[in-house]
Amino acid sequence: MLKINGETAEAVGVTVEAHLKENGYSTDRVAVMVNGEILPKSDYAAYKFADGDEVDIVGFVGGG
Amino acid sequence: MTEAEFAAAVDSRSSKPIYERMKQSKVGIAGCGGLGSNIAAALVRAGLGKLVIADFDTIELSNINRQLYLPSQVGKPKAETLEKMLHDIAPYCEVEVHDIHITKDNAAEIFGGCQIVCEAFDVPENKSMLVNTLLENCPDMQVVSGVGMAGIGRANDIVTKRFGRLTVCGDGRTDVADGEGLSAARVIICAGHMASAVLEMILENYSNPRK
Repeated sequence: MLKINGETAEAVGVTVEAHLKENGYSTDRVAVMVNGEILPKSDYAAYKFADGDEVDIVGFVGGG
Repeated sequence: MTEAEFAAAVDSRSSKPIYERMKQSKVGIAGCGGLGSNIAAALVRAGLGKLVIADFDTIELSNINRQLYLPSQVGKPKAETLEKMLHDIAPYCEVEVHDIHITKDNAAEIFGGCQIVCEAFDVPENKSMLVNTLLENCPDMQVVSGVGMAGIGRANDIVTKRFGRLTVCGDGRTDVADGEGLSAARVIICAGHMASAVLEMILENYSNPRK
């Protein structure tokens, strides 16, 4: 069990890249925080969500 | 007006230790548009001592509806113009100006000396690039990012959320690409959230002796 953006998710073992793709995120418009630290973009393909992870995905939108 | 007179006036609204801490703090502003110009103004009014501001752009007439600039400044570089306006507000703040396009190759160098950096770009890919580059390369830095402030109204949808070293302010959703446009009130609310988050971090774990 883990949390993604505050919601419980059944995604242990799923890579960040696969999760982002499945949920319609563009990898060049996000920041992914895992347990309060940035996950480097170069790790998206390899990092698999682990039991207990607290994940926050920020999807950037235009305007500033 | 001397620096001491200026400091005394700011002091009377807070306290000497808070003033000193504000004066010694260094904050970066990446992008001097609607968010960046208004965040910077709020921070120097609060007594922030050191800013690093960066933008490659020039002021356009279409910016005046939400950015700090004046019609008489159209055509001038944003970063340099903002520096002048910040010094008009707070004559003794130190402002380091970069009239430059910020990329993944120069971002850490430009903002490396800052404790906190505000991401105030407008294009989503650039926001993502800056936040990731700074958090990956600067292990002690806090980053505050603006995400979702387009349109009019729904002021209470704009919130601050903190995820470790990344703080995100905005409604997380409204996108200029959807055609809603940007207007002063909502942009300033988001800029206010971002400036407030910065001040909170600077004074974090600091107990006000007057309380």
